[in-house]
Amino acid sequence: MDRKKTDALVGLFVLAGSAALVFLAFRVANLGGVDLGNALEIRARFDNVGGLKPRAPVKSAGVTVGRVTSISFDDGTYQAVVMLALDRRFQFPKDTSAKILTSGLLGEQYIGLEPGGESAMLAAGSTIAMTQSAVVLENLISQFLYSKAAEPAAAAPAKAAPR
Amino acid sequence: MDWFIRAMAAFGQGVRASVVDTGRAARYFVRLLLASGMALGRPRLVIDQMHFVGNRSVAIIMVSGLFVGFVLGLQGYYTLRRYGAEQALGVLVALSLVRELGPVVTALLFAGRAGTSLTAEIGLMKAGEQLAAMEMMAVDPFQRVLAPRFAAAIICMPLLAALFSGVGVLGGWLVGVPMIGVDDGAFWSQMQAGVEFVDDIVNGIVKSVVFGVTVGFVALLTGWDAVPTPEGVARATTKTVVVSSLAVLGLDFLLTALMFGTR
Repeated sequence: MDRKKTDALVGLFVLAGSAALVFLAFRVANLGGVDLGNALEIRARFDNVGGLKPRAPVKSAGVTVGRVTSISFDDGTYQAVVMLALDRRFQFPKDTSAKILTSGLLGEQYIGLEPGGESAMLAAGSTIAMTQSAVVLENLISQFLYSKAAEPAAAAPAKAAPR
Repeated sequence: MDWFIRAMAAFGQGVRASVVDTGRAARYFVRLLLASGMALGRPRLVIDQMHFVGNRSVAIIMVSGLFVGFVLGLQGYYTLRRYGAEQALGVLVALSLVRELGPVVTALLFAGRAGTSLTAEIGLMKAGEQLAAMEMMAVDPFQRVLAPRFAAAIICMPLLAALFSGVGVLGGWLVGVPMIGVDDGAFWSQMQAGVEFVDDIVNGIVKSVVFGVTVGFVALLTGWDAVPTPEGVARATTKTVVVSSLAVLGLDFLLTALMFGTR
């Protein structure tokens, strides 16, 4: 076959393969969604992080504003220390609170930020003071069961008393 | 006692033969790698081979990818619907393609489409004593014939696997979104949230490079070792498909265990 034609066809093939790779990287894996190259590092302490994982999204008002970079354990306070990388485009007040939430009933866990009213903004390396731990399903069920078990016992003496 | 000694001798001969085969294959592999380094200095030869093993495999790879994507979309939908998780169809299709089906099915098709023709070509060159003639002219057939084909197989495999996965995702989308009616936004956003670039896509590419090395090496070595008769070449071609398919599936298990096993 013609030399030039072969070269052009091979070039086309390599181009198509590379285009498929780019498609996989940006459309399928969403490489370069939230830019973490220039991020604001914030620390938050939780009593229990539940099933939170590194790279979980940090959302405010439902919009992803950053990612969890690392989760470690502090044996001084026996709390989990979660490092968050927030997009620098967004500023949050100092009294912002962080909650661990679940998307849907069985979905993945993420951190929800609720901004407070202070005028001073969170700086790099600062710690979020107000946090709310993940809801542990077992604790929720046992609380519910204990409260159910306590009900008839509480109701019976109340009925018995007037007699 | 006599039969025992004979059985032992047969066993020992078998072990010795397999050790010799392994050693010879390893020596060929190193020789092929060294020659491939030099082959890259002559890109013309590699480009010709890329046209032969790469371009001509594009059609079968893309059509297969499309249909595998269709089937994944349908089957995934019927299973996910039971749990009310149709929205996760995108993640299911993309992860199964990028991590497993893309590299593995591409390698199997590549072994059938390109590996066999490489084996037959080398085997017939040997039967026609072309390789011997080259050596007579002080041309190293490893550098001139085998290495460009090996390099082309290694370069083409990841590109073909990426095409397969990309077309497969589009096929899954075609069945899932316009045909069945899964939400378009949820399809893509769940996929983008669930697929990691390094963990999933780069590992898939690493797999396909390993499979390219495997299929290329098996095809060339089998052709090189073929008995130089029409029957021998026919046997070698069959052997290429069997050995490289089994090697790809075995290696896939090993690589999956190494890459994704701890999570």
